[in-house]
Amino acid sequence: MISNNPTRCAACRFLRRRCPQDCVLAPYFPSSNPERFACVHKIFGAGNITKMLEQLPVHLREAAADSMFYEASLRVEDPVYGCVRIISQLQHHILEAQSEILKTNGQIASYIAQQQLQQQQQNVVDGASYQQDMQISEYLGVGSDVQTLANDSYFHP
Amino acid sequence: MGSGSSPCASCRLLRRRCAKGCIFAPYFPSDDPHKFAIVHKVFGASNVSKMLQELPIHQRGDAVSSLVYEANARMRDPVYGCVGAISFLQNQVSQLQMQLAVAQAEILCIQMQQEPVALPSQIDQHQHHHHHQDHDQKSLLLSNSDINSIPHQYFSSFASPSNVIQDPLKKESLWT
Repeated sequence: MISNNPTRCAACRFLRRRCPQDCVLAPYFPSSNPERFACVHKIFGAGNITKMLEQLPVHLREAAADSMFYEASLRVEDPVYGCVRIISQLQHHILEAQSEILKTNGQIASYIAQQQLQQQQQNVVDGASYQQDMQISEYLGVGSDVQTLANDSYFHP
Repeated sequence: MGSGSSPCASCRLLRRRCAKGCIFAPYFPSDDPHKFAIVHKVFGASNVSKMLQELPIHQRGDAVSSLVYEANARMRDPVYGCVGAISFLQNQVSQLQMQLAVAQAEILCIQMQQEPVALPSQIDQHQHHHHHQDHDQKSLLLSNSDINSIPHQYFSSFASPSNVIQDPLKKESLWT
């Protein structure tokens, strides 16, 4: 004879049945939280929850029960879209963020291109003025020659 | 069959007569049996029927679409269902927000670097003739090394979600 749980789990209490020791739902729907089972049962149904949990290895059942409760509560809150509304919003946020990133990266590329162009222009100006300086120096000759001319008595009688 | 037409996918699966006012018929046509099969497997026909009955007619189409969506997600991922997709997408949003913050910080750096930096002799001359050269003095005080280190502080490693729906429902965009 299968012994029963001394305290029926929330599922068995809700379904008004005996709660066996090996009740599949008992670990995940404790009697202390009747609303949790009521919510999940409303959306998925006790039979479906049991079937789905039975098909999973024991170490994954808690996560499955939690996710079903989360989905069910969102569906109770929003009977038309349930958790799919959140998915849609997240997808929208992703598209927005991707678009912003593209725009910002475009601005960065534009700034960098601008900087490079300015640098090139500056190099051309610097190069031109350097050449000009060199030409003037050559025209004037070496410094000591100039000094000799200055000291010549012809200029300083 | 009262209507004379073929039974809807729901009534065909449930092996019952498809009445004229069948609540499932508008949303589960007979040419797509898989759609109802999935929803029935996850939610159960009677639950779906109850949910649809509680909704105004103009919202039932969307409700069915979202239930099919959820049921598909649960079939693909029996442990996390849609919650796995939500977790994955939330992770993506966080990563993209970080990337955006980094890109925006870079723009800030570039903008600050591009502020005109005047030489001291030029500043003296300008101050002699003009009185609005304060911004030139401020630009001399800016240090590039402090600004460039800021973006790197945003980089961190992200843990991947433990269970991920690899094709996150991209093809089904229900809302434009």
